[in-house]
Amino acid sequence: MELDALILSRLQFAFVVAFHIMFPAFTIGLASFLAVCEGLWLKTKRDVFLKLYLHWVKIFALAFAMGVVSGVVMSYQFGTNWSVFSDKAGSVIGPLLGYEVLTAFFLEATFLGVMLFGWKRVGRRLHFIATCAVAIGTTISAFWILSANSWMQTPVGYAIDAAGNFYATDWLEVIFSPSFPSRFVHMMLAAYITTAAVVMAAGAIQVLRNRVAEATRYQMRMAAGTLALLMPLQIWAGHWSGEIAHEYQPAKVAAMEGWWESADKQGTILFGIPDEEAEITRLKVEIPNTSDYLFPGAEELHGLKEFSKEDRPPVFITFWAFRIMVGAGLAMLVIGWWGLWLWRKDRIQKPGLFHWLAVPGGALGFVAVISGWVTAEVGRQPYTVYGVLRTEDSVAPVAAGQVGTTLLIFMVVYAIVFTAGVVYMARIATRGFDDEPAGPPEEERRAPGSPMGAVDEPAKTAEDED
Amino acid sequence: MDLPLIWAGLIAVAVMLYVLLDGFDLGVGMLCHFADNEEERSIMTATIEPVWDGNETWLVLGGGGLFAAFPLAYAIIMPAFYLPIIIMLAALIFRGVAFEFRHKAVRKTTKRFWNGAFAGGSFAAAAMQGLILGAFIQGVAVEGRAYAGGAFDWLTPFSLLTSASVIIGYVLLGACWLVLKTEGVTQQGARKWARRALLGATIAMAAVSLATLSIDPRVTERWGVSMAAIDFSKFIMVAPVPIITAALIAWLWRDIVMKPESAPDWRPYLLAAGVFLTGYVGLAVSLFPYNVPFAKTIWETAARDNALGLMLAGAGVMLPVILIYTVYVYSLFWGKVKPGDGYHG
Repeated sequence: MELDALILSRLQFAFVVAFHIMFPAFTIGLASFLAVCEGLWLKTKRDVFLKLYLHWVKIFALAFAMGVVSGVVMSYQFGTNWSVFSDKAGSVIGPLLGYEVLTAFFLEATFLGVMLFGWKRVGRRLHFIATCAVAIGTTISAFWILSANSWMQTPVGYAIDAAGNFYATDWLEVIFSPSFPSRFVHMMLAAYITTAAVVMAAGAIQVLRNRVAEATRYQMRMAAGTLALLMPLQIWAGHWSGEIAHEYQPAKVAAMEGWWESADKQGTILFGIPDEEAEITRLKVEIPNTSDYLFPGAEELHGLKEFSKEDRPPVFITFWAFRIMVGAGLAMLVIGWWGLWLWRKDRIQKPGLFHWLAVPGGALGFVAVISGWVTAEVGRQPYTVYGVLRTEDSVAPVAAGQVGTTLLIFMVVYAIVFTAGVVYMARIATRGFDDEPAGPPEEERRAPGSPMGAVDEPAKTAEDED
Repeated sequence: MDLPLIWAGLIAVAVMLYVLLDGFDLGVGMLCHFADNEEERSIMTATIEPVWDGNETWLVLGGGGLFAAFPLAYAIIMPAFYLPIIIMLAALIFRGVAFEFRHKAVRKTTKRFWNGAFAGGSFAAAAMQGLILGAFIQGVAVEGRAYAGGAFDWLTPFSLLTSASVIIGYVLLGACWLVLKTEGVTQQGARKWARRALLGATIAMAAVSLATLSIDPRVTERWGVSMAAIDFSKFIMVAPVPIITAALIAWLWRDIVMKPESAPDWRPYLLAAGVFLTGYVGLAVSLFPYNVPFAKTIWETAARDNALGLMLAGAGVMLPVILIYTVYVYSLFWGKVKPGDGYHG
């Protein structure tokens, strides 16, 4: 493979966007978790929820900062590396991103300041509102970015002028393009699930290190409940998304499934190695004729051979990314249900095999998010705007040397920042709740009677005594 | 309704707000390098911690807004300034995470690394913004609908001059911000830096202004001022800009250098912001109506009217709301920062 500006730009975009998506995926879920904790604290007045809030808000601050700075990069990548796409599609995509900045970014960024630094300056209720504002901001942000991306997957409501530039003919159609509802739901659930898996992993580490506090039990129960409840919903949302893709992007679905021939019945390939040269999936382990259940009512299920070679997405990557996503999802379903069962048996705070598996399980959400996005984006190839604008016709006129250099810069910078960030977050998460530093600086900071003053007192409740 | 003109104004305001707001926090970032000790450094960062996220969002609005409202300008400018933009982004990443990481570092060497990343990142971001500004003023080579220049067109003596000017200007803003937000020794140090930066900024401003006049005949024509002669009939129209700038600088000299004790702490920042504002207006006078100098105008690069209209509806509602809550949050954190004001544990 020749490393020209096109392939380097694709690598660079894939790298910076994959790096970026981990943090929003985590902070969308975490912001909601924090809002729930603070809300429960205000309602029940139980210290355990405040403890959870103050503990996770530190991790949130780190993850949010990493999300913000890697997000700034994204708003410039369209122009630096995909300037022709920006020029052609700007009148359709631009306003969606503009709305994201106006309705979401400012809300999140501004109220984050109150959330982190405002304890002494605002009342409890107002502080809760700030937390909710951040949580809502992250959700609105997901709405717009999914809207923009979904339009690129299933473009509707547009026309192309004489100069070859897109323009909108119906904004509602553009914003709510056919793939948008399912993909937005799929992404939001993914964010909640990712966060729940991390929260569960942090709890499991504390259990294994024999640092169980009341808050540890609570966070594990909340995480188990979230996973157990949302994972089945997520499988349904993923399937919904697949049905839409089947209707609008048949080549993508054919690549995900590893189907080469068109047929009126298709199977589900559990394992296989798609060979793009020979146009066959080798070594396949297949459950035959599942399409009757998965795509009921579909007249014909298209195989890849129906599309000429230059119109097919890279099959191997799409095929395997999809399987990794599904596998990670199913593993999290197991963690959730298993955790629920342990909770019922009151064994969630006692170390066992579950905890050893739940710790690495904390990464599964990220694995699923990234491989899911790879499925969606590589599956959209060879187009940026599906079926209309090719990726090779979207790239900026920047020399390969520059793109390669900056790719290297991003790799070095992100490697340093990512390693440090993960180490710091893990340090906080595994430290547990019992030895929160409460030294002199903390005492100075927290006026007696202020909301934070509460956590300096050792929180004892009935449950700690059993 | 001339939508491209309105959007040019809105984006100009967004970039201006970015410069005034992130300007002081990049300035504080650079000054952190000269903090006497860790405690002082923490006080300095505490003055910007609650607001830096919001400040940086104006840069996203500048970039995103340019994409949305002037996609062709965005498509030409970003590849033209490819390297400095990406280096600026990398620098902003370092300083952004350093806010949090420097509190979390345990070992002395890592703490020193993140302190360095914070100051160095702030410096590099300011330097790149200055280079981009200079290259932008000098003009961009365009063929058809694409950038047609080389990879290093942005590196010129003039862009180095503007780069130094932006660095000095941000240090001035940052020092004035610290005068406003701190007291005691830290404030004394900030006053010292404000004096130095004001001297530099005065010289830089004059040098950049004179150099800009000879960049392009269209700029000379607009101002009616060249090295050879002054055409007063034209100059009189735009004369308020340099006159107000000079007056503000004189006032700053009084407040920072001559009689600092008699000036309220908020005034130097406000005056320094005023100098930036007039400098910015001067720039707008020089370059209007080009947003890709001197190749494409705002009307040639604008998005479709229905896209601009849709966004204007959103901006019309959201920008006032954003400004209201931004002002609210600033007022919430009004007053001097004291040691240990953070949330970090």
